Amino acid sequence: MTNPVLSVDALSGDAPSGAAAGRSHMPDQPVHPGRPPRTWRLMSPGLRALLPTMTPWLAAGLVLVVGVTLFGLLGPLLVGDPREIRDLGLAPPSAEFLLGTTQTGQDVLAQLAHATRGSLEIGFLVGVLATVLSAFFGIYGAYRGGVVDEAFSLLSNVFLVIPGLPLVIVISGFVPRESRGLWTIAVVLAVTGWAASARVLRAQTLSVRGRDYVAAARVAGERPWRVIVVEILPNLLPVIASQFVFAVIAAVLSEAGLSFIGLGASNSATLGTMLFYAQNGFALSLGAWWWFVPPGLVIALIGTGLSLINFTIDEVINPRLRNQREQRRRVRRARRAARKEQLS
Amino acid sequence: MNYFLRKLGFYAVALWAALTVNFAIPRMMPGDPVDILLAKLQQRGGTVTPETREAYALLLGGDDSVPLWQQYLDYLRNLLRGELGVSVSYYPAEVSDVISQSIPWTVVLVGLSTVIAACLGVALGAFAGWRPGTWLDSLVPATTLLAAVPYFWLALLLTYVLARVLGWFPMQGGYDVALTPGWDADFVLSAVRYGFLPALTIVLASVGAWLMGMRNMMVSTLSEDYILTAEAKGLRPGRILRNYAARNAVLPSVAGFAISLGFVVSGSVITEQVFSYPGIGSRLLGAVTNNDYALMQGVFLFITLAVLGANLVVDLLYGLIDPRTRARS
Repeated sequence: MTNPVLSVDALSGDAPSGAAAGRSHMPDQPVHPGRPPRTWRLMSPGLRALLPTMTPWLAAGLVLVVGVTLFGLLGPLLVGDPREIRDLGLAPPSAEFLLGTTQTGQDVLAQLAHATRGSLEIGFLVGVLATVLSAFFGIYGAYRGGVVDEAFSLLSNVFLVIPGLPLVIVISGFVPRESRGLWTIAVVLAVTGWAASARVLRAQTLSVRGRDYVAAARVAGERPWRVIVVEILPNLLPVIASQFVFAVIAAVLSEAGLSFIGLGASNSATLGTMLFYAQNGFALSLGAWWWFVPPGLVIALIGTGLSLINFTIDEVINPRLRNQREQRRRVRRARRAARKEQLS
Repeated sequence: MNYFLRKLGFYAVALWAALTVNFAIPRMMPGDPVDILLAKLQQRGGTVTPETREAYALLLGGDDSVPLWQQYLDYLRNLLRGELGVSVSYYPAEVSDVISQSIPWTVVLVGLSTVIAACLGVALGAFAGWRPGTWLDSLVPATTLLAAVPYFWLALLLTYVLARVLGWFPMQGGYDVALTPGWDADFVLSAVRYGFLPALTIVLASVGAWLMGMRNMMVSTLSEDYILTAEAKGLRPGRILRNYAARNAVLPSVAGFAISLGFVVSGSVITEQVFSYPGIGSRLLGAVTNNDYALMQGVFLFITLAVLGANLVVDLLYGLIDPRTRARS
């Protein structure tokens, strides 16, 4: 269940100089983007700085995520009953069953559509829960400072070093199967998965909190919750968005792992559940690749799409990255032009 | 406060938190684990004496005659003495014996593949970041795909292609069962052959994180003034790469070793399950499916202890490598 970008982020929390310094560049610093696309030129410059530029990576990410989401939303309406058993076990992909059948003759494509919906549901749910938790512990703690901050950051550091999945396995192991519902799994995953984001949010809040306009708001007598929600939160939105995306990726992956070992929610069918049945139906030794390849592929596509979107959000958080990319593009263009001139 | 003392203090708190969570979980969850356990034990032909019941109740709760804080103290005392109870699924073996039998497998597999992945990722990341925009650098986004793939699915794919279709490696197990475990050449060779696929899975799935982190740090280190100075002095590029850029850029990767270790351990638990590898991860899952709560808790405690220990060592080393962390605290 690795999550590279998550660990990179966690790294920057501890980084001595470079990463931490890079992170503290917020969008309110002067940005000099290249020529913005025509439609965006109508907006105010401040708003435009917040909006990402359309890069091939962002486009690919959006296509992947929207595609998989549409498949999960509309797919179940178009396919037949995923549980219907036929006298046609382990049929390879054909015109009738595009992705073949399982050992008991169930339509893999139908199962895939329903499972995609289940995985997205739980991923989104956990993403929201974990982001709320991390925002509370990260932002509120950093804003209050003092003992509260010390206690909250100790808590998130402890949660960060205790290995998540074994803890989730032990908790799910103690919950009897019948009471292991969707919400139980979602809460368990959220409780074990918020710590890294809280650390990132804390670092960001600390840098925003020290700004003059926040001090001015406090002196003007604004109540603490108002300072947090109206003054600080808008500046943190890109960071929160990227942490939310990480949380969704991590949740989809962990849920798949949990379901794969038979500890998932008992009332939901997800991609992990499909893989669980494929593994226990000896899909591997029977060579039924059409049974176990598609679910994992969909998981990978969800994760890749979301990570690609997150690259772009990172550029919003840290304009230095965008400048570097544009610098590289300018260099490439200049080189190409020079080569053309040489040839002609 | 002294850096080292503060780190030691933090890990003491983390250890205490893990122990307490382990104590609290079975008491907070619905169901009655002690009864299930004792029923299993009787099925296996074990005799259930009041002492056995008491020992399990101490570990898992369910005994209301003793106040909670007394249970807690007794639980800690039992742990200190290393008494984790009797495993039901491996009756009559002690939990600690079951764990110590499976440890070497996991430590060698996970440890070795993590070190390989880290070295490979850091080296590749250093080169990719050294010359941004080359073909190696354009491969970097592809590692996101690799990282978004679930460990166990990668394991399934590799097994299908390399073991079933091509037949290069065995599909399951940790060694040839015809051999007796020992330190002879035959056995070690067979263990390497059986361990290759699980190790490849872990390396492939975790190398991307190292590569990405190192590459990004390398790019931001290269924009530092001292790199420019080094270039102006006319130092050879190889020297700048190794002694100036990579040396500083690798620091966050070292600090992040801790966090990635947690991910790797989590991932390898399920990977072991795919390969039926005789390590500690399969034991944990076996314990869960058999309702062997004592073994489950023992394994969880052991994994947590190992990860905390590794983190402590890395943190202390980090304090030695990077004097700034010591100066700051």
